[in-house]
Amino acid sequence: MPHASELIQAVEYQEIQKLTDQRPDLQIGDTVNVNVKIVEGNRERIQVFQGVVIAMRGHGVNKAFSVRRVAAHGIGVERTFLFYSPRVESIKVLRHAKVRRAKLYFLRDRSGKSARLKERRMTV
Amino acid sequence: MKGILGKKLGMTQIFGDDGTVIPITLIEAGPCYVTQKKTAETDTYNAIQLGFGETEKRKLNQPKLGHLGKSGSPMVRHLREIRTSDAGDYEIGQKVDASIFKVGDIVDVVGTSKGKGFAGVVKRHHFAGGPKTHGQSDRWRSSGSVGAGTTPGHVLKGQRMAGRMGNDRVTVQNIKVALVDVEKNLIAVRGSIPGSNNSLVIIHESVKK
Repeated sequence: MPHASELIQAVEYQEIQKLTDQRPDLQIGDTVNVNVKIVEGNRERIQVFQGVVIAMRGHGVNKAFSVRRVAAHGIGVERTFLFYSPRVESIKVLRHAKVRRAKLYFLRDRSGKSARLKERRMTV
Repeated sequence: MKGILGKKLGMTQIFGDDGTVIPITLIEAGPCYVTQKKTAETDTYNAIQLGFGETEKRKLNQPKLGHLGKSGSPMVRHLREIRTSDAGDYEIGQKVDASIFKVGDIVDVVGTSKGKGFAGVVKRHHFAGGPKTHGQSDRWRSSGSVGAGTTPGHVLKGQRMAGRMGNDRVTVQNIKVALVDVEKNLIAVRGSIPGSNNSLVIIHESVKK
């Protein structure tokens, strides 16, 4: 008889397999385009949210990540998405950054030039 | 009324059709075996007795071995009765598995709640406790008055006080079945159910719906 945690993981794995989109290997500091499905009445459209991944939490099907972007007039906007949510149509990584911590909450206190992250080029 | 015994495995979540998150509790339900049938003529009420949790013969005592021997069912650890008027539909030794429920069914789940030990009135009965300031020193979580004075001269029966909390039989009514996997003997219900993981639970048809 399989262990309880294996059965729970199997159910979560099934849930993840339902997604048609292949999720990228997301890392802290990545600049991403998150395509979010938005339902208005009976119409469905895709909204793009672009920003920096400043936090990830949870694991398995409950994994989530926070994206921060600076909107007009320097207003910071942060949104948290469930990594495997079917409402997130796709995630596209645009750029990696050199970061030294798991949560980039210090970006909230910075603006302009000091809020930039140094790019890290991946060797393929 | 149909029912099945199971073991609470733990909680996780799935996504609904519209992308909403549905919290679920996974239960390893069955396989159960009918070990005895009770009828109004012989036992004054109608029920079937189900056995769950296959185990080794050496772990069972003689009375249980004798009882299970009569039914010809495998060696099971737990026996529980499900009240049902259609006991005639079951045969002794028959296997009952997760297929008796399907997704969307409304069920009740019975379990034994987690023991909280000797708990105060704030935790046990949701009393408000006393004020924290204005000269109070020792009554943050106290109950206050337990009754009047000389009349009636005693504390009324049923007055809620501190005491043992939890470890009780608790039924959660009218919850939806979210998943059924007959091969893996899995049933998932929406939301939480009483008790700790690995504890015995009874799932049966909803009484009120």
